[in-house]
Amino acid sequence: MKIKVIVTLKNGVLDPQGKAIQQTLNGMGFDSVKEVRQGKYFDIEINENNEVKAKSKVEDMCKKLLANLVIEDFKII
Amino acid sequence: MKSSVIIFPGSNCDRDMDVALKKFGFNNQMVWHNDTELPKSDLIVLPGGFSYGDYLRCGSIAGKSKIINSVIEYAKSGGLVLGICNGFQILTETGLLPGVLQQNKYLEFICKNVHVKINDTKNKYFKNIKKEILELHIAHNEGNYFCSSNELKLIEDNNQIAVTYCNKDGTCDNNSNPNGALKNIAGIFNKNKNILGMMPHPERMIDKYLSGEDGSIFFENLIGNLN
Repeated sequence: MKIKVIVTLKNGVLDPQGKAIQQTLNGMGFDSVKEVRQGKYFDIEINENNEVKAKSKVEDMCKKLLANLVIEDFKII
Repeated sequence: MKSSVIIFPGSNCDRDMDVALKKFGFNNQMVWHNDTELPKSDLIVLPGGFSYGDYLRCGSIAGKSKIINSVIEYAKSGGLVLGICNGFQILTETGLLPGVLQQNKYLEFICKNVHVKINDTKNKYFKNIKKEILELHIAHNEGNYFCSSNELKLIEDNNQIAVTYCNKDGTCDNNSNPNGALKNIAGIFNKNKNILGMMPHPERMIDKYLSGEDGSIFFENLIGNLN
């Protein structure tokens, strides 16, 4: 089973890369871009048939390794 | 005094640290990350570098390595653990130190000498130190210290801020903050002050042929406090 995870910076945490991307987009003429927040995406192939169990294991992985909960949030999709 | 330096794949300041520790009288051993037991030590050092290629987040993979459980156990029993640069990042990733080291504010790798002010001397690292402001070297891309406002209050209330970036006269302001670190924080302690993480590299400033010798003051003082 494949589980997808998105890790993003929490609201209020400075994201200098996102800011640089936003400014570049504005400079390229994409004037309507107000903010960019950069994140990480994980595709996890897990040997588990039960989706609830699989997601619960991935949640544990997120808390222990994939995200740093001081500054990041995660979403399992 | 016995010390141990942990080597992770990608560590690159381990030998400099070994040279520095031996120069000031430590009987130092190198410990491989795949070992599970620490030799008897009075000080454990997590050196600078790019452990595991800085994959995922700086220090995150090293924070789950085989040796790290023994380091955590040693630290929790009151043993002295010093993390420099990547070692500091590893200490925050293990949760032994609060907060996190984010990418530098202006997205550049910074490699230069800076001045840092010692904020607390009631600990084994800085007790009796003969200078309040040290000139040390920094070389990092992720040194921008951050923590929540609640955590910052706890850190300040417990005097856990160890060193802060300043100018040569000791003024801590935006101009003397190289990487955007919260409150100019360059290094912090845990609550009991047996664990110290800092971005500057004292091991790079221990010889008159290098760009300064203030690192010598740090190591001489540290071994003096332990003897």
